[in-house]
Amino acid sequence: MRVKASSYPYVAWALLFVAIPLGLIVYFSFTDAAGSFTLDNIIQAGIYSNVIIKSVWLSVISTVICLLLGYPLAYIMSRSNPITARTILLLVMLPMWMNFLLRTYGWMTILENNGILNQFFGLFGLGPFEMINTQGAVVLGMVYNYIPFMILPLHSVMSKIGNDVIEAAQDLGASPISVLSEVVVPLSMPGIKTGIIMVFVPAVSTFIISQMLGGGGNQLIGDIIELQFLGNAYNPNLGSAISLVLMVLVLMVMSVSGFLSDDNLEERVL
Amino acid sequence: MKKVLAVLVSLIVLTTSFSSVCFAAPEGDSAYDMEYYSKFQGQGVEINVYNWGEYIADGEDGLMDINAEFTELTGIKVNYLNYETNEAMYAKIKSGANNYDVIFPSDYMVSRLIQEGLVQEINFDNVPNFKYIDKSFVNPIYDPEQKYSVPYAWNRVAIIYNKEKVGYEIDSWDVLWDSAFDGQILMFKNSRDAFGVAQMALGFDINTEDIGELDEAAALLKAQKPLVQAYVMDQVFDKMQNNEAAIATYYVGDYYIMKEVNEDLGLYIPDATNLFVDAVCIPSNAQNKEAAEMYINFLNEPQVAADNMEYILYSTPNTAARELLPDEMKNNPDLYPSAEDLANDVAYINLSNSANLYMDSLWTEILADEEGYNSWFMPAFFIVAIVAIVASMVLRKRKKSRDR
Amino acid sequence: MRAFARTYLGVFMAFLYAPIIVLIVFSFNESKGRTFTGFTGKWYVQLFSDAAVMDALFTTLVVAFVSSIVATIMGTAAAIGLNNMEGKLKSGIMGMTYLPIINPEIITGVSFMLLFVVAKDFLGGLGVPFQFGWATLIIAHITFNVPYVILNVLPKLRQMDGSLVDAAMDLGCNHWQAFTKVVIHEIKPGIIAGFIMALTFSMDDFVVSYFTTGAKHQTLSVLIYSMTKKRVSPEINALSTIIFVVVLLILITVNLVERRNINKARKAQLERKREGGSFG
Repeated sequence: MRVKASSYPYVAWALLFVAIPLGLIVYFSFTDAAGSFTLDNIIQAGIYSNVIIKSVWLSVISTVICLLLGYPLAYIMSRSNPITARTILLLVMLPMWMNFLLRTYGWMTILENNGILNQFFGLFGLGPFEMINTQGAVVLGMVYNYIPFMILPLHSVMSKIGNDVIEAAQDLGASPISVLSEVVVPLSMPGIKTGIIMVFVPAVSTFIISQMLGGGGNQLIGDIIELQFLGNAYNPNLGSAISLVLMVLVLMVMSVSGFLSDDNLEERVL
Repeated sequence: MKKVLAVLVSLIVLTTSFSSVCFAAPEGDSAYDMEYYSKFQGQGVEINVYNWGEYIADGEDGLMDINAEFTELTGIKVNYLNYETNEAMYAKIKSGANNYDVIFPSDYMVSRLIQEGLVQEINFDNVPNFKYIDKSFVNPIYDPEQKYSVPYAWNRVAIIYNKEKVGYEIDSWDVLWDSAFDGQILMFKNSRDAFGVAQMALGFDINTEDIGELDEAAALLKAQKPLVQAYVMDQVFDKMQNNEAAIATYYVGDYYIMKEVNEDLGLYIPDATNLFVDAVCIPSNAQNKEAAEMYINFLNEPQVAADNMEYILYSTPNTAARELLPDEMKNNPDLYPSAEDLANDVAYINLSNSANLYMDSLWTEILADEEGYNSWFMPAFFIVAIVAIVASMVLRKRKKSRDR
Repeated sequence: MRAFARTYLGVFMAFLYAPIIVLIVFSFNESKGRTFTGFTGKWYVQLFSDAAVMDALFTTLVVAFVSSIVATIMGTAAAIGLNNMEGKLKSGIMGMTYLPIINPEIITGVSFMLLFVVAKDFLGGLGVPFQFGWATLIIAHITFNVPYVILNVLPKLRQMDGSLVDAAMDLGCNHWQAFTKVVIHEIKPGIIAGFIMALTFSMDDFVVSYFTTGAKHQTLSVLIYSMTKKRVSPEINALSTIIFVVVLLILITVNLVERRNINKARKAQLERKREGGSFG
């Protein structure tokens, strides 16, 4: 029973629908509308260097916030009994069953100038605060939508840290802070790494959150790509060039962080 | 009250038109030419209609559900999808990804589509209701020989504002650059209208191809950006109705829709503003041209067009339909202004390819808010990225072999 | 510490569920706008006669089920093959498997759009009509679903004791029987997990569908997206509330059943211990 052939249909499929499409992005990036070689698209993509920097910046902020918010939660989960931990995990996952466009739309209702939050603040004579259509709102949208991707890997790593390890450290006289910094954090490092990537990648490439919560004036890389394909014009060459930039960016972050070369990648991706 | 009136009027109209065609169509259920409309009955024909959001009567407010009515009448199924801007629709058509049968581009987009061969000639023998189209809309500048398009609705660009928030009557474009309304302005989210507003404010021709003038308009739009709360299209309804913003650029007819919800809204129609026509066209790769023509003809049935216009609240080029509209609509000078009022208004015409591209890039730049641009940035980024990737791979490999 | 943990959990869940509560509340809103004007249940009724919403729901379900079934079959077969491979070839294929998961969604979407546009031109030149529609949607969904199946099934295969198959064949099974009776049985949990994951991702997908949808049908997400450009009909809120409640009920049931099983197992264990004790 050493069948290898059963994977061939998939291999053919993947070549056709994974490798070739990505090849097409590269091809379109380096050709003009007539199909001859050019570097213009790549150079032109440089116009959007500030957008790229801004996208990276906003997604870094979101990733850090996700980590800061998600870590305590994962820690609490890992220290509670399995049934409670499971319930919390389900509660974290459950919102993902509501369409994310709708959830983001829900945030619009909350954050508006006359929205629920401002009406609430108004009761105390505060505000109205300008919340929607700002970069802050975009960051909030990213944090909200992607924080489960941070919590999942953190949880799966931290739930494996035995209570005995922590107790041992405590018995040896470690203060709570040094237990955290010298035992828990180092042991949960793989989860942190995965979480960072799993939040950063969708955040840096989003185009919906920035459109819905950013008011159209806070464009990110994703928006600019979308504009080239379905938004303002059909310019697949420039669009592909910007996509290529995004791909290289993501690849760089992954390979520098060591995400790609580690073993048991599959366990962490899921 | 308005709705009661509308129902009454349509009832009267229905009964009168019913009695007048009773002889012609004895089975009698409609005022339509059954012989013409039954052509595709029972053949399972479908057409793909691609229209602006909420730009057709859908059965609300006691008006006709046009697509359902058409299907019932002809047996042709209507697959109905929406787009947000001319440019988004253009991108879809240009990419060739989808085969639509009926689209609703605005004037300048019609000529762009004609120039690029993306729409096909309509057989006007199949659109007998074209006879109802007001002569002043026949052979328009965007389709001089009237081969490719049938006008659907027309309107003007205007400023809609919240009287309570603004506190006075707006009388110039300049208010859009008034820092008193910081964060209170909603601006067009499509390049042509946004540039048009800036050009009108500057006193330029809205069809200018002069690079300097385009740059100047772009600079003005960039200067406006800090004051702009959001760039929107149809989201403007929600926002203005809920007092989210003070000032918005949009279209006259939409003001009347918003006003039904929010009494505080006011309207300013500049003397020389843009007058636009949205037309119906058939893309070159349409699959059911004749069914599409039937649909276009149906849209111009007087009662259909009247119900439709009552829903959209724009102005109809269909003279018979206009007669059927409620009085307060057909006599509204904002919707059906006199010739003198229109004298200074200008239509968009299509720009040359290079001007279009230039405007596209300026527009993306405005939205993205970029100033510095170095042509070496991207190549440098690629080199740094590749070095980083290779270096980290090599380092890791070394570490691994050392560990062993 | 406990109090802190409780408060933290409470605040966190409030953050997580705030927009969802807003959506559910607005599904009972009398008017279509975003201010609450009065209570009504009419959207829950109207929803089912809205052709556009029902068509989108139908499209979403068809695409999700067809693509996850195909992906599950293809992915399971691929995993079995991959499990028997080694070296460069395997890591190459695995690389291709990770790509759709790791790649930003928008890149996957855009690359599909390019592929299908090119394919359309090419096939059109050959006289073969090809259109964006069911085929493009389903192909795209299969492609991003297969990796999840493979990655769920592979570990189960690795855990499987290879001698099981030999044993089955010694006992007179032919290859096929050994496969269906032993292998499939052993990796079933992985297959099911992969299938459910594929189904979830497919139903929830917006970006890839957005770039590959045709002129006739759109998925629910694409419909919602075009609605957010103006205003989202409360019917959509109503539909999402229904879906949400259904999922919630399923999860609660599954959880309760599991908990009961765990308790039962525990009790049985205790009893066995006690019996063992009395004997010993």
